[in-house]
Amino acid sequence: MRTRIYVIVMLITAAFAACHKEVASLFRGFEKPANFNTPAYKLENNPVTEAGFVLGRKLFYEPRLSRNNTISCGSCHIQSSAFTQHGHDVSHGIDDRLGSRNSPPIMNLAWSPLLMWDGGVFDLDLQPIVPITNHVEMDETVENVISKLQQHPDYPGMFRQAFGSPEITTARLLKALSQFMVMCISSNSKYDSVVRGQGTVFTSDEQAGYEIFKTKCSACHAEPLFTDNSFRNNGLSIANNNDEGRYTVTLNAADRYRFKVPSLRNLAYTAPYMHDGRFYTLDAVFDHYSRQVKNTPNLDALLQRNGVLGITLTTAERVQLLAFLQTLNDRQFITDPRFSEQ
Amino acid sequence: MTIHKIIIIVLFVAPLFTSCSKDAQPPSSTEERSSLSIEFDNIVGGQNLQLNTGSYTNAAGETFSVDRLQYFVSNISLNKTDGTVYTVPQDSSYFLVKEGEEDADHVTLSVPTGEYSSLSFVLGVDSLRSTMDIAKRTGALDPSGGMDDGMYWGWNSGYIFFKMEGLSPEAPVDPTGKHKFRYHIGGFGGYSAPTINNIKTVTLNLTPGGVAKVRQGRNSNIHLMVDVLKVFNGSTTVSLAANPQVMFSDYSVNIANNYATMFRHDHTEN
Repeated sequence: MRTRIYVIVMLITAAFAACHKEVASLFRGFEKPANFNTPAYKLENNPVTEAGFVLGRKLFYEPRLSRNNTISCGSCHIQSSAFTQHGHDVSHGIDDRLGSRNSPPIMNLAWSPLLMWDGGVFDLDLQPIVPITNHVEMDETVENVISKLQQHPDYPGMFRQAFGSPEITTARLLKALSQFMVMCISSNSKYDSVVRGQGTVFTSDEQAGYEIFKTKCSACHAEPLFTDNSFRNNGLSIANNNDEGRYTVTLNAADRYRFKVPSLRNLAYTAPYMHDGRFYTLDAVFDHYSRQVKNTPNLDALLQRNGVLGITLTTAERVQLLAFLQTLNDRQFITDPRFSEQ
Repeated sequence: MTIHKIIIIVLFVAPLFTSCSKDAQPPSSTEERSSLSIEFDNIVGGQNLQLNTGSYTNAAGETFSVDRLQYFVSNISLNKTDGTVYTVPQDSSYFLVKEGEEDADHVTLSVPTGEYSSLSFVLGVDSLRSTMDIAKRTGALDPSGGMDDGMYWGWNSGYIFFKMEGLSPEAPVDPTGKHKFRYHIGGFGGYSAPTINNIKTVTLNLTPGGVAKVRQGRNSNIHLMVDVLKVFNGSTTVSLAANPQVMFSDYSVNIANNYATMFRHDHTEN
């Protein structure tokens, strides 16, 4: 009788074990910060595992993703700059070719329903195809990338660990990259500690700046991500290349010159600013909103209230607002060894 | 241990095992099936299409040659003479027709035996599949191709339904120094905001040209003529001089409306 019970217990254990390959590890998977909303990314279609994350990270820093094996995702998305390309107004890709837009940060992308400055990509899994195939970024095909990875000594084994077999497919390649990218969560700024009630408090300038922010900025840069993920024309003068922004993907005239509202998180690390990196400093950004807003087609209604273009900001308000915005910097995120090239 | 206890334990343990297995396949149908192919014979007016070497003239009086022609055919369904409809299972109903590539000028299906009098398919990729998880986009739908022969727009997530490129002395010199025209037509209607929808459903009556008789041990071939001259000559007269490059733009709707009429059932080889 005792043996029989023992056998039954073993059977039950085996049945459970068959479903759970991973042994307990320190890796905690995807964790939603307490002050964040439900992610837009469909994690149920791509559950983050340690092996998948490690593979995704290796792929993120893999120059074989480019035609001549020189450019990786990490080339234009540098961790110390909150995964932007510091010092470059527009991205600088293969053979020194230049793009037309500024590298956006890889940060909190699980909460971003549409990717790119124009929202042309609607699923994070589909996003890496763009830089891989773009002639001025990596200039490669996904098909070639897969064949290079198949010949690499490490990748087939890593795909087996992440997906159960060494086969490298488009879907697996893209899902591994997504597993790394959704894990790049920035939620440990001073602001986050304050709103989560973790014992930190704002200084009086920061608090005053927060009040100004809530009155004058948060309609677009909505908390807690500091973007409402909408597309707006913020009154930039139209550049010579006449980048029409969201219009190019919707062909709707009302979208002409609209671009995605960027997050304000980590703004100390992500200069230069705007879709084409035209402003090198936050002072220049403040100058734009307070004095230089142009009445171009589809200018956002919030920037033309009572017949006045832009947002009024006194010198004192600028100081306080800047103090608050600096609380959105997350040093832990830009130094987290989990996200660094290994 | 009583027999009842053992039964309870077995009932408890059994679902643990089944929860790990993949969905069971439905029992295979006992319905008799046989082979049916659909041939896409690309022509230009009264001539067979010859890539690179053939020279043709459109209704605008412009001469041109074609060096690339490929399009998606999907969501195939067939009507039997008895009124029943057979729809090819969605997961295996996406095909890329490529001129000049062996085995890419026809699709072969296994369908229930019987007589079919009408054929319907989508020229392009439906919006549902266009927005589906990447793991469900294998085979012809795998977006791993390059910029030249690929049928996918990365920058504006979606498939290119129809791609035709070639040369015409009437087309202005492009940045590569060639008089090249490029028509890359797509647009499934938009994911987050409505935009152009160039998905076309084509329905062809097979009765005048001969019904498809699908019988055991035989292959029935529905032979379609696909006249790419219709791309230029239709409700809009498309000029290579005026519109040499048409991709994701409002004008693409005119080309899609034109090419929706390019399929004609010629005959059936039973």
